[in-house]
Amino acid sequence: MHEEIIFAGFGGQGVMFVGQLLAYTALAEEKHVTWIPSYGPEMRGGTANCTVVVSDEPIGSPVCKHPSVAVIFNNPSLEKYEAMVTPGGLLVVNSSMMVHPPTRTDLEVVMLPATATASEIGDVRVSNMIMLGAMLIHRALVDRATVEHVLIEKLGTRKAHLQAINLTAFERGITLGQTQQASV
Amino acid sequence: MTAVEALVEEQIVYQRPESLLEVPTHYCPGCTHGIAHRIVAEVLDELGVRERTIGVSPVGCSVLAYKYFNMDGAEAAHGRAPAMATGIKRVMPDHVVFTYQGDGDLAAIGIGEIIHTATRGENITTIFINNAIYGMTGGQMAPTTLPGQRTTSSVTGRDVETTGFPIRMAEMLAGMTGSAYVVRRSLHNVKEINRAKQAVRVAFQAQLAGLGFSMVELLSSCPTNWGMSAPEAMKWIEDNMVPYYPLGDYKVADAVQPLLKRK
Amino acid sequence: MAVELLKGNEAIAEAAIRAGLEAYFGYPITPQTEILEHMARRMPDLGRAFIQAESEVASINMVYGAACTGARAMTSSSSPGISLMQEGFSYIACSEVPCVVVDVMRGGPGLGNIDPSQADYFQVTRSAGHGDFHAIVLAPASVQEAIDLMVEAFDLAEKYRTLVFVVADGLLGQMMEPAQLPPMKPVHKNRPDWALTGAVNREPNIITSLELNAPALEEVNLRLQAKLAEIRKHEQRWAELWTDDAKLVVVGYGMSGRIAQTAVKQARREGMKVGLLRPISLWPFPEKRLSTLADQVDAFLVIEMNAGQMVDDVRLSAGGQVPVSFYGRMGGVVPVPEEIYHEITTLYEKLTSGE
Repeated sequence: MHEEIIFAGFGGQGVMFVGQLLAYTALAEEKHVTWIPSYGPEMRGGTANCTVVVSDEPIGSPVCKHPSVAVIFNNPSLEKYEAMVTPGGLLVVNSSMMVHPPTRTDLEVVMLPATATASEIGDVRVSNMIMLGAMLIHRALVDRATVEHVLIEKLGTRKAHLQAINLTAFERGITLGQTQQASV
Repeated sequence: MTAVEALVEEQIVYQRPESLLEVPTHYCPGCTHGIAHRIVAEVLDELGVRERTIGVSPVGCSVLAYKYFNMDGAEAAHGRAPAMATGIKRVMPDHVVFTYQGDGDLAAIGIGEIIHTATRGENITTIFINNAIYGMTGGQMAPTTLPGQRTTSSVTGRDVETTGFPIRMAEMLAGMTGSAYVVRRSLHNVKEINRAKQAVRVAFQAQLAGLGFSMVELLSSCPTNWGMSAPEAMKWIEDNMVPYYPLGDYKVADAVQPLLKRK
Repeated sequence: MAVELLKGNEAIAEAAIRAGLEAYFGYPITPQTEILEHMARRMPDLGRAFIQAESEVASINMVYGAACTGARAMTSSSSPGISLMQEGFSYIACSEVPCVVVDVMRGGPGLGNIDPSQADYFQVTRSAGHGDFHAIVLAPASVQEAIDLMVEAFDLAEKYRTLVFVVADGLLGQMMEPAQLPPMKPVHKNRPDWALTGAVNREPNIITSLELNAPALEEVNLRLQAKLAEIRKHEQRWAELWTDDAKLVVVGYGMSGRIAQTAVKQARREGMKVGLLRPISLWPFPEKRLSTLADQVDAFLVIEMNAGQMVDDVRLSAGGQVPVSFYGRMGGVVPVPEEIYHEITTLYEKLTSGE
């Protein structure tokens, strides 16, 4: 297993946090992992993004030109990253924020209304957990129970009041991921 | 004891302070660096702190001060003595740390370091020698050169229209909240030298009491680069420097006040 | 100690603290500010010295002062700040005071940008200040290696009474990956005999870089050069992979070496006899190993995030025996494995088509 995942969206969508959560979870499962904020060619321009590499082997480059997975939170990020995903890769898209749907036909594409669903649950900021839940259905990089465990640990006592809503969002993401059959 | 023995019995009235080494200095005749060194050394002797004092020398005429003081010393880069002294003091808080700096070192290239050291209330003492000229490099205009004063880089006299005005450091540093004791004295006659020594003592006592930054600015002579005899230089300080740089106490923090009363 | 997910900059700071750092002085500059912030949080709690100085010039001179007392002292900065510190480096080198400096390099010249770069190679290995001197320069390629080298940096600084740079690029500084911190060492209270500790029952100690007598200053220089020769002899460090039968060896340090590793691995999978040499000490440069490899390989390919700086050292080490090619990105652009792989295959085809 070796996946290079880009999480991309606006600042405030919890993009960096959800990437770090995946990294912490991978570490908890004793996998090799790197997390970097937006660096590398063609990876700039007003949006928040991070790259997570998860692997069974020691990781060489933490940067990549063609990620195997892109988790896209907004339309500008779709425009930027859709073309970069490696053929056969996975594109998880927050359909609530899209102007145009993705056009690639050589990718697994999962569309889900993450922002709308997060609002329904009660906090627009938990769209990141919905996106992560859906992604893990299509790329089982880590165990969902570990994600939940690590999430609770990372929120700690100071943010314990955010546990329930984040876990609910994660569950909804999993459900949405299961019902949203990937179109290839 | 015979009458003759009684007559020749030694009574020491003047000697080299232990804090000064028995070496000739390189200073010019009539230069007041020697006096400034001596009063610092006498004060350190009297306070009994020589063995726990670390001096930081500047770049300028007193660049070799560490060769004259009988104590641990470092030689800083130009203007950086207060930063270096800060580093020393923070890891050796029980030691007495002082910088000895000239006007080019402190008021030009090192003005940032001295201001921030003062504003941090760094618990060190600075002896500031203001002789209104760059001595070591041969008499160029200093930030403290007086209006109209001729130097090798203000050949027709300092023109404030193009070179700005002399900086009054004591007044400036007195404005820093972290300063505990900031005064200006002069070395041009015995009375002023005695007053200068008292101020140096208070400055070190303030440091020993942990009260914050202390500085004694000393109006000093440079007969060589001023092109004067030693007596003329002393008179020049009195007639020209003192009016521009008034002597006095510019900052005496409340906590320092009791030190002034103690003799 | 458990394996934790650590950010490069924070790991560097914490490793220094655990190595017994007694005083930190610094000034904020991206992309290394997390080091300063970590120190601000931790050092006062531990009763150790921390100052956010008014400039990099002041920072390095505070380090110089603290180090004169024999305390473990350091600063950290990024490229423009390192330029400002050069005055202090030169004084520190001449007066032989152990100090550690971290440079998290960013894009330049000038104000440049805050993206990753390796363009300070010449500066730290060749020209860290006026006069004849070199500092030891260590270049980690992972968060774990950054931790290990920080600890080692203090030991080397004290062993040789020298300035030691740990150089990373902004990418390593900002990257998070699993790593293990060392156990906490207390600050050492035993001061070396040269240190400024107060002249109690001994002659005064003087720390100075001034020597007005030319023959005497030449003596100082000869002593410094003899020390540097010792360092050059004993402290060359590097890592290598798949070099045994390599026809082409890719040379890169820090993150470029690590990114190149992915490309070299790919080339190996394709059956190309390509190896990787990653210098860990940039000064002293691992010239002995490079020189030996030059007898074996057909070519070197140097990868850097600059216009070609370390490539000079590779050419000197290769001594004209084999061609040395270069591929670099500048201005904060990080090369990706695909680009390096392309360079490898192009060069490798040329090498093998000649057979």
